[in-house]
Amino acid sequence: QPAVTSSEGVGEATGRSREMLESLLGPGGLVLLRDSVEWEGRSLLKALVRQAALRGERVHVLGCEVSEEEFREGFDPGTYSRLVYHDLFRDPLNWSNTGEALPGGPLGVLRAMCRRTGPGPVTIALDSLSWLLLHLPCTTLCQTLHALSRQDSRPDDSSPVEHVRVLGLLHEELHGPGPVEALSTLAQVEVTLSGTGDQASAHILYRRPQHRPTHKIQWFTILPDFSLNLQGGSPPKSQPHPDPRTHPVDPTTHLTFNLHLSKKEKEAKDSLTLPFQFSSEKQQALLCRGLGQATSHIFYEPDAYDDLDQEDPDDDLDI
Amino acid sequence: MFPELNDLLNASPDRAEPGKLTLLCDAETDGSFLVHHFLSFYLKADCKVCFVALVQSFSHYNIVGQKLGVSLTTARERGQLVFLEGLRSAVDVFFRAEGEAHPLHFLREAKAASLQPLYEFVREALEPVDQREAAWKRPVLLVDDLSVLLSLGVGAVAVLDFVHYCRACVCCRLQGNIVALVHDSGDAEDEESDVLLNGLSHQSHLVLRAEGLATGFCRDVHGQLRVLWRTPSPPAQRGRSLTFQYKIQDKSVSFFAKGMSPAVL
Repeated sequence: QPAVTSSEGVGEATGRSREMLESLLGPGGLVLLRDSVEWEGRSLLKALVRQAALRGERVHVLGCEVSEEEFREGFDPGTYSRLVYHDLFRDPLNWSNTGEALPGGPLGVLRAMCRRTGPGPVTIALDSLSWLLLHLPCTTLCQTLHALSRQDSRPDDSSPVEHVRVLGLLHEELHGPGPVEALSTLAQVEVTLSGTGDQASAHILYRRPQHRPTHKIQWFTILPDFSLNLQGGSPPKSQPHPDPRTHPVDPTTHLTFNLHLSKKEKEAKDSLTLPFQFSSEKQQALLCRGLGQATSHIFYEPDAYDDLDQEDPDDDLDI
Repeated sequence: MFPELNDLLNASPDRAEPGKLTLLCDAETDGSFLVHHFLSFYLKADCKVCFVALVQSFSHYNIVGQKLGVSLTTARERGQLVFLEGLRSAVDVFFRAEGEAHPLHFLREAKAASLQPLYEFVREALEPVDQREAAWKRPVLLVDDLSVLLSLGVGAVAVLDFVHYCRACVCCRLQGNIVALVHDSGDAEDEESDVLLNGLSHQSHLVLRAEGLATGFCRDVHGQLRVLWRTPSPPAQRGRSLTFQYKIQDKSVSFFAKGMSPAVL
Protein backbone atom coordinates (compact mmCIF):
# COMPACT_ATOMS: atom_id res chain seq x y z
CA GLN A 1 0.00 0.00 0.00
CA PRO A 2 1.76 3.16 -1.13
CA ALA A 3 2.08 5.91 1.44
CA VAL A 4 1.16 9.37 0.26
CA THR A 5 3.58 11.81 1.82
CA SER A 6 3.39 15.16 0.06
CA SER A 7 0.45 17.44 0.84
CA GLU A 8 -0.20 17.67 -2.89
CA GLY A 9 -0.60 13.89 -3.03
CA VAL A 10 -3.01 13.95 -0.10
CA GLY A 11 -5.10 16.64 -1.79
CA GLU A 12 -5.17 14.68 -5.00
CA ALA A 13 -6.17 11.49 -3.19
CA THR A 14 -9.06 13.15 -1.35
CA GLY A 15 -10.13 14.75 -4.61
CA ARG A 16 -10.22 11.38 -6.31
CA SER A 17 -12.13 9.70 -3.50
CA ARG A 18 -14.65 12.55 -3.45
CA GLU A 19 -14.97 12.14 -7.21
CA MET A 20 -15.72 8.44 -6.78
CA LEU A 21 -18.40 9.06 -4.13
CA GLU A 22 -19.92 11.82 -6.27
CA SER A 23 -20.06 9.50 -9.27
CA LEU A 24 -21.82 6.91 -7.13
CA LEU A 25 -24.33 9.45 -5.88
CA GLY A 26 -24.89 10.48 -9.49
CA PRO A 27 -27.92 12.40 -10.66
CA GLY A 28 -30.57 10.38 -8.80
CA GLY A 29 -32.33 7.05 -8.79
CA LEU A 30 -31.48 3.89 -6.92
CA VAL A 31 -27.93 3.06 -5.88
CA LEU A 32 -27.69 -0.58 -4.89
CA LEU A 33 -24.91 -1.63 -2.50
CA ARG A 34 -24.50 -5.42 -2.54
CA ASP A 35 -22.44 -6.68 0.36
CA SER A 36 -21.60 -10.03 1.92
CA VAL A 37 -20.82 -11.42 5.38
CA GLU A 38 -17.10 -11.12 4.71
CA TRP A 39 -17.28 -7.60 3.25
CA GLU A 40 -19.85 -5.48 5.01
CA GLY A 41 -21.29 -2.52 3.11
CA ARG A 42 -22.63 -0.36 5.91
CA SER A 43 -19.39 1.63 6.14
CA LEU A 44 -19.61 2.51 2.45
CA LEU A 45 -23.28 3.44 2.92
CA LYS A 46 -22.23 5.74 5.75
CA ALA A 47 -19.47 7.22 3.57
CA LEU A 48 -22.09 7.99 0.91
CA VAL A 49 -24.45 9.46 3.52
CA ARG A 50 -21.64 11.68 4.76
CA GLN A 51 -20.83 12.82 1.22
CA ALA A 52 -24.49 13.65 0.54
CA ALA A 53 -24.66 15.60 3.80
CA LEU A 54 -21.47 17.48 2.87
CA ARG A 55 -23.26 18.63 -0.30
CA GLY A 56 -25.83 20.21 1.98
CA GLU A 57 -28.61 17.73 1.30
CA ARG A 58 -31.06 16.39 3.82
CA VAL A 59 -30.54 12.68 4.39
CA HIS A 60 -33.37 10.41 5.52
CA VAL A 61 -32.24 7.09 6.92
CA LEU A 62 -34.65 4.19 7.30
CA GLY A 63 -32.81 2.13 9.90
CA CYS A 64 -33.97 -1.48 10.24
CA GLU A 65 -30.79 -3.25 11.26
CA VAL A 66 -28.81 -1.07 13.64
CA SER A 67 -29.78 1.35 16.37
CA GLU A 68 -29.75 5.07 15.76
CA GLU A 69 -26.72 5.49 18.05
CA GLU A 70 -24.77 2.85 16.17
CA PHE A 71 -25.60 4.38 12.79
CA ARG A 72 -24.75 7.91 13.88
CA GLU A 73 -21.49 6.78 15.51
CA GLY A 74 -18.45 8.38 13.91
CA PHE A 75 -20.21 11.18 12.01
CA ASP A 76 -19.02 14.77 12.33
CA PRO A 77 -21.52 17.30 13.83
CA GLY A 78 -22.41 18.70 10.38
CA THR A 79 -23.44 15.32 9.01
CA TYR A 80 -25.06 14.40 12.33
CA SER A 81 -27.39 17.37 12.20
CA ARG A 82 -28.46 16.76 8.60
CA LEU A 83 -29.52 13.18 9.32
CA VAL A 84 -33.16 12.34 9.88
CA TYR A 85 -33.31 8.83 11.35
CA HIS A 86 -36.52 6.85 10.98
CA ASP A 87 -36.10 4.21 13.64
CA LEU A 88 -37.51 0.91 12.51
CA PHE A 89 -34.94 -0.96 14.56
CA ARG A 90 -36.35 -0.64 18.05
CA ASP A 91 -39.78 -2.08 17.48
CA PRO A 92 -40.38 -3.06 13.86
CA LEU A 93 -43.18 -5.58 14.50
CA ASN A 94 -44.86 -3.70 17.34
CA TRP A 95 -44.11 -6.36 19.96
CA SER A 96 -43.57 -3.85 22.75
CA ASN A 97 -46.97 -2.12 22.45
CA THR A 98 -45.44 1.05 23.84
CA GLY A 99 -46.44 3.23 20.92
CA GLU A 100 -42.82 3.64 19.93
CA ALA A 101 -43.37 1.73 16.71
CA LEU A 102 -43.58 3.77 13.54
CA PRO A 103 -47.14 4.03 12.22
CA GLY A 104 -47.91 1.86 9.23
CA GLY A 105 -44.80 -0.28 9.57
CA PRO A 106 -41.97 -0.18 7.04
CA LEU A 107 -44.28 0.36 4.09
CA GLY A 108 -46.00 3.26 5.83
CA VAL A 109 -42.67 4.98 6.44
CA LEU A 110 -41.60 4.47 2.83
CA ARG A 111 -44.90 5.84 1.54
CA ALA A 112 -44.63 8.81 3.85
CA MET A 113 -41.21 9.47 2.33
CA CYS A 114 -42.80 9.32 -1.13
CA ARG A 115 -45.31 11.99 -0.19
CA ARG A 116 -42.64 14.24 1.21
CA THR A 117 -42.75 17.81 0.06
CA GLY A 118 -39.91 20.15 0.70
CA PRO A 119 -37.32 22.12 -1.18
CA GLY A 120 -33.92 20.86 -2.18
CA PRO A 121 -32.54 17.51 -3.24
CA VAL A 122 -32.96 14.60 -0.84
CA THR A 123 -31.05 11.39 -0.24
CA ILE A 124 -32.82 8.40 1.28
CA ALA A 125 -30.68 5.62 2.76
CA LEU A 126 -32.33 2.24 3.32
CA ASP A 127 -30.49 0.15 5.89
CA SER A 128 -31.26 -2.35 4.71
CA LEU A 129 -33.21 -3.56 1.69
CA SER A 130 -32.61 -7.11 2.90
CA TRP A 131 -34.67 -6.60 6.02
CA LEU A 132 -37.44 -5.04 3.94
CA LEU A 133 -37.28 -7.90 1.42
CA LEU A 134 -37.61 -10.50 4.18
CA HIS A 135 -40.72 -8.81 5.56
CA LEU A 136 -42.42 -7.42 2.44
CA PRO A 137 -43.36 -8.98 -0.88
CA CYS A 138 -40.72 -8.29 -3.52
CA THR A 139 -43.18 -6.69 -5.96
CA THR A 140 -44.52 -4.26 -3.35
CA LEU A 141 -41.01 -3.23 -2.39
CA CYS A 142 -39.95 -2.74 -6.01
CA GLN A 143 -43.03 -0.64 -6.77
CA THR A 144 -42.45 1.51 -3.68
CA LEU A 145 -38.79 1.96 -4.55
CA HIS A 146 -39.73 2.91 -8.09
CA ALA A 147 -42.23 5.48 -6.82
CA LEU A 148 -39.64 6.75 -4.35
CA SER A 149 -36.86 7.33 -6.84
CA ARG A 150 -39.11 8.65 -9.62
CA GLN A 151 -41.05 11.18 -7.59
CA ASP A 152 -39.36 14.04 -9.42
CA SER A 153 -41.27 13.09 -12.57
CA ARG A 154 -44.73 13.06 -11.00
CA PRO A 155 -47.08 15.12 -13.18
CA ASP A 156 -48.93 16.64 -10.24
CA ASP A 157 -45.73 17.91 -8.66
CA SER A 158 -45.71 21.66 -9.21
CA SER A 159 -42.38 22.24 -7.47
CA PRO A 160 -39.22 22.43 -9.61
CA VAL A 161 -37.61 19.11 -10.51
CA GLU A 162 -35.90 17.62 -7.50
CA HIS A 163 -33.51 14.77 -7.42
CA VAL A 164 -34.27 11.96 -5.05
CA ARG A 165 -31.50 9.50 -4.56
CA VAL A 166 -32.14 6.18 -2.86
CA LEU A 167 -29.22 4.28 -1.38
CA GLY A 168 -30.10 0.66 -0.66
CA LEU A 169 -27.95 -1.82 1.21
CA LEU A 170 -28.56 -5.42 0.16
CA HIS A 171 -27.11 -8.53 1.81
CA GLU A 172 -26.87 -10.72 -1.23
CA GLU A 173 -26.66 -14.14 0.45
CA LEU A 174 -30.06 -13.73 2.07
CA HIS A 175 -32.04 -13.72 -1.14
CA GLY A 176 -32.56 -15.86 -4.15
CA PRO A 177 -31.51 -14.71 -7.62
CA GLY A 178 -35.04 -13.47 -8.46
CA PRO A 179 -35.40 -10.58 -5.98
CA VAL A 180 -31.74 -9.58 -6.43
CA GLU A 181 -32.16 -9.36 -10.20
CA ALA A 182 -35.41 -7.42 -9.81
CA LEU A 183 -33.71 -4.85 -7.60
CA SER A 184 -30.65 -4.62 -9.80
CA THR A 185 -32.77 -3.79 -12.85
CA LEU A 186 -34.23 -0.90 -10.87
CA ALA A 187 -30.81 0.42 -9.92
CA GLN A 188 -28.94 3.15 -11.78
CA VAL A 189 -25.70 2.32 -10.06
CA GLU A 190 -24.81 -1.06 -8.66
CA VAL A 191 -21.88 -1.57 -6.30
CA THR A 192 -20.78 -5.12 -5.45
CA LEU A 193 -18.34 -5.35 -2.57
CA SER A 194 -15.63 -7.95 -2.34
CA GLY A 195 -11.92 -8.01 -1.57
CA THR A 196 -8.80 -9.97 -0.85
CA GLY A 197 -6.88 -10.07 2.40
CA ASP A 198 -7.60 -6.85 4.22
CA GLN A 199 -8.26 -4.81 1.10
CA ALA A 200 -11.86 -4.13 0.08
CA SER A 201 -12.84 -3.59 -3.51
CA ALA A 202 -15.99 -2.32 -5.17
CA HIS A 203 -17.19 -3.43 -8.56
CA ILE A 204 -19.24 -0.51 -9.82
CA LEU A 205 -21.73 -0.77 -12.67
CA TYR A 206 -23.26 2.45 -14.01
CA ARG A 207 -26.49 2.24 -15.97
CA ARG A 208 -27.45 5.54 -17.57
CA PRO A 209 -30.38 6.02 -19.92
CA GLN A 210 -29.27 6.13 -23.57
CA HIS A 211 -25.76 5.13 -22.62
CA ARG A 212 -23.86 1.92 -22.63
CA PRO A 213 -23.41 0.46 -19.16
CA THR A 214 -19.92 1.17 -17.89
CA HIS A 215 -18.16 -0.63 -15.12
CA LYS A 216 -15.04 -0.21 -13.05
CA ILE A 217 -13.28 -1.79 -10.10
CA GLN A 218 -12.08 0.38 -7.25
CA TRP A 219 -9.89 -0.68 -4.31
CA PHE A 220 -10.44 1.32 -1.16
CA THR A 221 -10.32 1.53 2.60
CA ILE A 222 -12.77 3.48 4.71
CA LEU A 223 -11.25 5.78 7.28
CA PRO A 224 -12.74 6.22 10.79
CA ASP A 225 -14.37 9.53 9.77
CA PHE A 226 -16.09 7.75 6.84
CA SER A 227 -14.00 9.32 4.14
CA LEU A 228 -12.53 7.05 1.52
CA ASN A 229 -8.92 6.17 0.84
CA LEU A 230 -8.55 4.96 -2.74
CA GLN A 231 -5.86 2.53 -3.79
CA GLY A 232 -5.94 3.17 -7.52
CA GLY A 233 -8.05 1.31 -10.02
CA SER A 234 -8.67 0.82 -13.67
CA PRO A 235 -10.30 3.68 -15.59
CA PRO A 236 -13.93 3.13 -16.52
CA LYS A 237 -14.27 1.24 -19.73
CA SER A 238 -17.22 0.59 -21.89
CA GLN A 239 -18.42 -2.96 -22.18
CA PRO A 240 -21.03 -4.12 -24.65
CA HIS A 241 -22.16 -7.08 -22.52
CA PRO A 242 -21.48 -6.14 -18.91
CA ASP A 243 -21.51 -9.11 -16.61
CA PRO A 244 -19.23 -8.98 -13.56
CA ARG A 245 -19.28 -12.74 -13.15
CA THR A 246 -17.72 -13.71 -16.49
CA HIS A 247 -14.07 -12.81 -16.87
CA PRO A 248 -12.40 -13.16 -20.27
CA VAL A 249 -10.14 -16.21 -20.13
CA ASP A 250 -7.01 -16.52 -22.27
CA PRO A 251 -7.07 -20.09 -23.62
CA THR A 252 -3.31 -20.12 -24.32
CA THR A 253 -2.19 -19.61 -20.70
CA HIS A 254 -2.06 -23.19 -19.45
CA LEU A 255 -0.96 -25.17 -22.55
CA THR A 256 1.20 -28.25 -22.14
CA PHE A 257 3.00 -27.59 -25.44
CA ASN A 258 4.67 -24.72 -27.30
CA LEU A 259 2.62 -22.72 -29.71
CA HIS A 260 5.64 -20.83 -31.05
CA LEU A 261 9.25 -21.86 -31.78
CA SER A 262 12.35 -19.88 -30.96
CA LYS A 263 14.89 -19.20 -33.73
CA LYS A 264 17.20 -21.89 -32.41
CA GLU A 265 14.44 -24.46 -32.20
CA LYS A 266 13.37 -23.61 -35.73
CA GLU A 267 16.93 -24.20 -37.02
CA ALA A 268 17.13 -27.55 -35.23
CA LYS A 269 13.80 -28.53 -36.72
CA ASP A 270 14.87 -27.59 -40.26
CA SER A 271 18.16 -29.49 -40.04
CA LEU A 272 16.46 -32.76 -39.10
CA THR A 273 16.17 -35.44 -41.81
CA LEU A 274 12.89 -37.26 -41.72
CA PRO A 275 12.90 -41.10 -42.16
CA PHE A 276 11.06 -41.05 -45.47
CA GLN A 277 13.40 -38.54 -47.08
CA PHE A 278 15.82 -40.14 -49.59
CA SER A 279 19.34 -38.78 -49.54
CA SER A 280 22.73 -39.75 -51.01
CA GLU A 281 23.94 -41.12 -47.66
CA LYS A 282 20.95 -43.41 -47.47
CA GLN A 283 21.61 -44.56 -51.00
CA GLN A 284 25.21 -45.40 -50.13
CA ALA A 285 24.15 -47.36 -47.09
CA LEU A 286 21.73 -49.44 -49.14
CA LEU A 287 24.24 -50.08 -51.92
CA CYS A 288 27.04 -51.29 -49.62
CA ARG A 289 25.02 -54.12 -48.10
CA GLY A 290 27.75 -56.73 -48.63
CA LEU A 291 29.83 -55.15 -45.96
CA GLY A 292 27.10 -55.65 -43.40
CA GLN A 293 26.51 -59.35 -44.37
CA ALA A 294 30.14 -60.25 -43.95
CA THR A 295 30.25 -59.09 -40.39
CA SER A 296 27.08 -60.67 -38.99
CA HIS A 297 26.56 -64.36 -38.08
CA ILE A 298 23.93 -66.36 -36.36
CA PHE A 299 25.27 -68.77 -33.76
CA TYR A 300 22.94 -71.57 -32.85
CA GLU A 301 23.73 -74.38 -30.45
CA PRO A 302 20.85 -76.81 -30.01
CA ASP A 303 19.89 -77.96 -26.52
CA ALA A 304 19.86 -81.66 -25.60
CA TYR A 305 16.07 -81.86 -25.64
CA ASP A 306 15.55 -79.65 -28.64
CA ASP A 307 13.21 -81.19 -31.14
CA LEU A 308 15.23 -80.79 -34.32
CA ASP A 309 13.21 -81.33 -37.43
CA GLN A 310 15.32 -82.69 -40.24
CA GLU A 311 12.77 -81.80 -42.86
CA ASP A 312 12.83 -78.46 -44.52
CA PRO A 313 9.81 -76.58 -43.04
CA ASP A 314 9.42 -74.74 -46.30
CA ASP A 315 9.33 -77.90 -48.37
CA ASP A 316 5.67 -77.69 -49.19
CA LEU A 317 6.02 -74.18 -50.49
CA ASP A 318 6.27 -74.02 -54.20
CA ILE A 319 8.98 -71.46 -54.60
CA MET B 1 -13.30 -20.22 30.24
CA PHE B 2 -10.30 -20.92 28.07
CA PRO B 3 -7.51 -18.34 28.63
CA GLU B 4 -6.00 -19.06 25.21
CA LEU B 5 -9.25 -18.15 23.47
CA ASN B 6 -9.41 -14.94 25.50
CA ASP B 7 -5.94 -14.04 24.27
CA LEU B 8 -6.95 -14.64 20.66
CA LEU B 9 -10.05 -12.50 21.00
CA ASN B 10 -8.25 -9.87 23.04
CA ALA B 11 -10.87 -10.17 25.78
CA SER B 12 -10.93 -10.78 29.50
CA PRO B 13 -13.72 -10.89 32.12
CA ASP B 14 -12.65 -7.46 33.46
CA ARG B 15 -12.96 -5.69 30.15
CA ALA B 16 -15.55 -7.08 27.80
CA GLU B 17 -16.96 -4.74 25.19
CA PRO B 18 -20.67 -4.05 25.73
CA GLY B 19 -23.36 -4.01 23.07
CA LYS B 20 -21.94 -6.75 20.88
CA LEU B 21 -23.45 -9.83 19.30
CA THR B 22 -21.08 -12.77 18.98
CA LEU B 23 -22.14 -15.52 16.62
CA LEU B 24 -20.80 -19.02 17.16
CA CYS B 25 -21.12 -21.29 14.20
CA ASP B 26 -20.12 -24.91 13.79
CA ALA B 27 -19.76 -26.78 10.54
CA GLU B 28 -19.16 -30.53 10.53
CA THR B 29 -17.93 -30.46 14.10
CA ASP B 30 -19.26 -29.77 17.58
CA GLY B 31 -18.95 -26.12 18.59
CA SER B 32 -20.42 -26.52 22.07
CA PHE B 33 -17.01 -25.94 23.68
CA LEU B 34 -17.44 -22.30 22.61
CA VAL B 35 -20.80 -22.11 24.42
CA HIS B 36 -19.21 -23.50 27.60
CA HIS B 37 -16.41 -20.96 27.26
CA PHE B 38 -18.74 -17.99 27.02
CA LEU B 39 -21.03 -19.29 29.78
CA SER B 40 -18.16 -19.53 32.25
CA PHE B 41 -16.62 -16.30 30.91
CA TYR B 42 -19.69 -14.18 31.63
CA LEU B 43 -20.44 -15.87 34.96
CA LYS B 44 -16.89 -15.10 36.07
CA ALA B 45 -17.28 -11.54 34.78
CA ASP B 46 -20.20 -11.04 37.24
CA CYS B 47 -22.72 -10.53 34.47
CA LYS B 48 -26.39 -11.39 34.76
CA VAL B 49 -26.81 -14.29 32.37
CA CYS B 50 -29.96 -15.57 30.71
CA PHE B 51 -29.22 -18.95 29.17
CA VAL B 52 -31.69 -20.37 26.68
CA ALA B 53 -30.53 -23.99 26.54
CA LEU B 54 -32.41 -26.00 23.97
CA VAL B 55 -29.86 -28.76 23.40
CA GLN B 56 -28.70 -30.20 26.73
CA SER B 57 -29.99 -30.53 30.28
CA PHE B 58 -29.07 -28.27 33.18
CA SER B 59 -26.93 -30.95 34.81
CA HIS B 60 -24.87 -31.35 31.62
CA TYR B 61 -23.99 -27.67 31.50
CA ASN B 62 -23.42 -27.72 35.26
CA ILE B 63 -20.93 -30.59 35.07
CA VAL B 64 -18.98 -28.95 32.25
CA GLY B 65 -19.17 -25.63 34.07
CA GLN B 66 -17.63 -27.20 37.19
CA LYS B 67 -14.71 -28.40 35.11
CA LEU B 68 -14.22 -24.82 33.97
CA GLY B 69 -14.47 -23.47 37.51
CA VAL B 70 -18.04 -22.14 37.74
CA SER B 71 -21.04 -23.57 39.52
CA LEU B 72 -24.30 -23.08 37.67
CA THR B 73 -26.32 -24.22 40.68
CA THR B 74 -24.82 -21.50 42.88
CA ALA B 75 -25.20 -18.89 40.14
CA ARG B 76 -28.86 -19.82 39.74
CA GLU B 77 -29.47 -19.63 43.49
CA ARG B 78 -27.79 -16.23 43.68
CA GLY B 79 -30.01 -14.99 40.89
CA GLN B 80 -27.11 -14.45 38.54
CA LEU B 81 -28.23 -17.13 36.09
CA VAL B 82 -31.67 -17.51 34.60
CA PHE B 83 -31.78 -20.91 32.94
CA LEU B 84 -34.44 -21.93 30.45
CA GLU B 85 -34.17 -25.67 30.12
CA GLY B 86 -35.74 -26.36 26.76
CA LEU B 87 -35.83 -30.14 27.11
CA ARG B 88 -37.81 -29.98 30.36
CA SER B 89 -40.10 -27.02 29.68
CA ALA B 90 -41.05 -28.32 26.24
CA VAL B 91 -43.18 -30.88 28.09
CA ASP B 92 -44.62 -28.25 30.47
CA VAL B 93 -46.11 -26.35 27.56
CA PHE B 94 -48.62 -29.10 26.96
CA PHE B 95 -49.83 -29.29 30.56
CA ARG B 96 -50.66 -25.64 30.88
CA ALA B 97 -53.95 -23.87 30.44
CA GLU B 98 -54.58 -22.45 26.99
CA GLY B 99 -54.13 -18.77 27.80
CA GLU B 100 -51.10 -19.11 30.09
CA ALA B 101 -47.92 -17.56 28.76
CA HIS B 102 -44.92 -19.79 28.20
CA PRO B 103 -41.60 -18.95 26.52
CA LEU B 104 -41.91 -21.97 24.23
CA HIS B 105 -45.54 -21.30 23.38
CA PHE B 106 -44.79 -21.71 19.66
CA LEU B 107 -44.69 -25.49 20.23
CA ARG B 108 -48.44 -25.47 20.76
CA GLU B 109 -49.24 -23.49 17.66
CA ALA B 110 -50.20 -25.41 14.57
CA LYS B 111 -48.22 -22.99 12.44
CA ALA B 112 -45.39 -21.56 14.49
CA ALA B 113 -45.37 -17.88 13.65
CA SER B 114 -43.63 -15.74 16.20
CA LEU B 115 -41.11 -16.09 19.00
CA GLN B 116 -42.48 -13.11 20.89
CA PRO B 117 -43.15 -15.11 24.13
CA LEU B 118 -39.53 -16.27 24.14
CA TYR B 119 -38.37 -12.68 23.69
CA GLU B 120 -40.66 -11.56 26.53
CA PHE B 121 -39.05 -14.22 28.73
CA VAL B 122 -35.55 -12.95 27.89
CA ARG B 123 -36.55 -9.33 28.43
CA GLU B 124 -38.11 -10.05 31.82
CA ALA B 125 -35.11 -12.14 32.88
CA LEU B 126 -32.57 -9.44 32.06
CA GLU B 127 -34.47 -6.26 32.87
CA PRO B 128 -33.03 -4.85 36.11
CA VAL B 129 -35.81 -4.64 38.70
CA ASP B 130 -34.30 -3.73 42.05
CA GLN B 131 -31.09 -2.66 43.73
CA ARG B 132 -29.84 -6.20 44.21
CA GLU B 133 -29.98 -6.74 40.47
CA ALA B 134 -27.77 -3.73 39.93
CA ALA B 135 -24.93 -5.66 41.57
CA TRP B 136 -24.47 -7.55 38.31
CA LYS B 137 -22.33 -5.81 35.76
CA ARG B 138 -24.17 -6.37 32.50
CA PRO B 139 -26.96 -8.49 31.10
CA VAL B 140 -25.93 -11.31 28.78
CA LEU B 141 -28.09 -13.59 26.66
CA LEU B 142 -26.75 -16.99 25.63
CA VAL B 143 -28.55 -19.30 23.22
CA ASP B 144 -27.65 -22.92 22.53
CA ASP B 145 -28.64 -23.20 19.79
CA LEU B 146 -30.80 -21.31 17.31
CA SER B 147 -30.85 -24.05 14.67
CA VAL B 148 -32.99 -26.17 16.99
CA LEU B 149 -35.77 -23.61 16.55
CA LEU B 150 -35.73 -24.27 12.81
CA SER B 151 -36.10 -28.00 13.48
CA LEU B 152 -39.07 -27.24 15.75
CA GLY B 153 -40.87 -25.62 12.84
CA VAL B 154 -40.08 -21.93 13.32
CA GLY B 155 -39.22 -20.04 10.13
CA ALA B 156 -35.79 -18.47 9.63
CA VAL B 157 -37.25 -14.96 9.44
CA ALA B 158 -39.06 -15.50 12.78
CA VAL B 159 -35.76 -16.53 14.41
CA LEU B 160 -34.03 -13.51 12.86
CA ASP B 161 -36.79 -11.27 14.26
CA PHE B 162 -36.33 -12.83 17.70
CA VAL B 163 -32.58 -12.09 17.60
CA HIS B 164 -33.32 -8.62 16.26
CA TYR B 165 -35.55 -7.82 19.25
CA CYS B 166 -33.06 -9.35 21.67
CA ARG B 167 -30.37 -7.17 20.11
CA ALA B 168 -32.49 -4.04 20.41
CA CYS B 169 -33.23 -4.85 24.04
CA VAL B 170 -30.05 -6.49 25.40
CA CYS B 171 -27.31 -4.94 23.24
CA CYS B 172 -28.66 -1.46 22.64
CA ARG B 173 -31.00 -0.57 25.51
CA LEU B 174 -29.33 -2.49 28.34
CA GLN B 175 -25.78 -2.35 26.91
CA GLY B 176 -25.25 -6.06 27.33
CA ASN B 177 -24.02 -8.87 25.09
CA ILE B 178 -25.53 -11.71 23.13
CA VAL B 179 -23.82 -14.98 22.25
CA ALA B 180 -25.67 -17.47 20.06
CA LEU B 181 -24.72 -20.76 18.48
CA VAL B 182 -25.97 -21.83 15.07
CA HIS B 183 -25.19 -24.86 12.92
CA ASP B 184 -23.99 -24.62 9.38
CA SER B 185 -25.52 -27.68 7.76
CA GLY B 186 -23.37 -27.21 4.68
CA ASP B 187 -26.38 -28.26 2.64
CA ALA B 188 -27.01 -25.81 -0.18
CA GLU B 189 -30.59 -27.02 -0.51
CA ASP B 190 -31.46 -26.20 3.09
CA GLU B 191 -32.46 -22.62 2.32
CA GLU B 192 -33.94 -21.82 5.73
CA SER B 193 -30.71 -22.79 7.47
CA ASP B 194 -28.71 -20.69 4.99
CA VAL B 195 -30.90 -17.64 5.47
CA LEU B 196 -30.64 -18.00 9.25
CA LEU B 197 -26.87 -18.37 9.22
CA ASN B 198 -26.25 -15.49 6.81
CA GLY B 199 -28.85 -13.24 8.41
CA LEU B 200 -27.29 -13.77 11.83
CA SER B 201 -23.79 -13.23 10.45
CA HIS B 202 -24.91 -9.88 9.07
CA GLN B 203 -26.32 -8.88 12.46
CA SER B 204 -23.25 -9.92 14.42
CA HIS B 205 -20.06 -8.06 15.31
CA LEU B 206 -17.87 -11.08 15.75
CA VAL B 207 -18.20 -14.50 14.10
CA LEU B 208 -16.40 -17.55 15.51
CA ARG B 209 -16.68 -20.44 13.12
CA ALA B 210 -15.54 -23.89 14.22
CA GLU B 211 -14.95 -26.25 11.33
CA GLY B 212 -13.93 -29.87 11.14
CA LEU B 213 -10.73 -30.59 9.29
CA ALA B 214 -11.17 -31.04 5.56
CA THR B 215 -8.83 -34.02 5.71
CA GLY B 216 -10.97 -35.85 8.24
CA PHE B 217 -10.55 -36.95 11.84
CA CYS B 218 -7.23 -36.36 13.56
CA ARG B 219 -6.19 -37.32 17.08
CA ASP B 220 -4.12 -34.21 17.74
CA VAL B 221 -6.00 -31.51 15.84
CA HIS B 222 -9.75 -31.46 16.42
CA GLY B 223 -10.66 -28.70 14.03
CA GLN B 224 -10.08 -25.12 13.06
CA LEU B 225 -11.54 -21.89 14.31
CA ARG B 226 -12.09 -18.92 12.00
CA VAL B 227 -12.42 -15.56 13.69
CA LEU B 228 -14.03 -12.75 11.68
CA TRP B 229 -14.42 -9.25 13.10
CA ARG B 230 -17.25 -7.45 11.34
CA THR B 231 -16.60 -4.04 12.87
CA PRO B 232 -14.86 -1.37 10.78
CA SER B 233 -11.89 -1.28 13.15
CA PRO B 234 -10.92 -4.78 14.31
CA PRO B 235 -9.18 -4.92 17.69
CA ALA B 236 -6.47 -7.26 16.43
CA GLN B 237 -3.65 -5.64 14.56
CA ARG B 238 -3.07 -8.83 12.62
CA GLY B 239 -6.13 -8.40 10.43
CA ARG B 240 -9.88 -8.79 10.42
CA SER B 241 -9.98 -12.50 9.78
CA LEU B 242 -7.78 -15.12 11.47
CA THR B 243 -7.72 -18.91 11.37
CA PHE B 244 -6.40 -21.20 14.12
CA GLN B 245 -6.44 -24.91 14.73
CA TYR B 246 -7.43 -26.30 18.09
CA LYS B 247 -7.28 -29.36 20.26
CA ILE B 248 -9.88 -29.89 22.97
CA GLN B 249 -8.38 -31.22 26.19
CA ASP B 250 -10.01 -32.31 29.41
CA LYS B 251 -10.31 -28.85 30.98
CA SER B 252 -9.04 -26.51 28.33
CA VAL B 253 -8.60 -25.99 24.63
CA SER B 254 -5.24 -25.26 23.08
CA PHE B 255 -5.01 -23.11 19.97
CA PHE B 256 -2.16 -22.95 17.50
CA ALA B 257 -1.45 -21.58 14.06
CA LYS B 258 -2.39 -23.74 11.08
CA GLY B 259 -0.12 -26.73 10.70
CA MET B 260 1.78 -25.90 13.91
CA SER B 261 0.33 -28.56 16.18
CA PRO B 262 2.90 -29.66 18.79
CA ALA B 263 2.20 -33.25 17.72
CA VAL B 264 3.30 -32.48 14.16
CA LEU B 265 6.38 -30.41 14.89
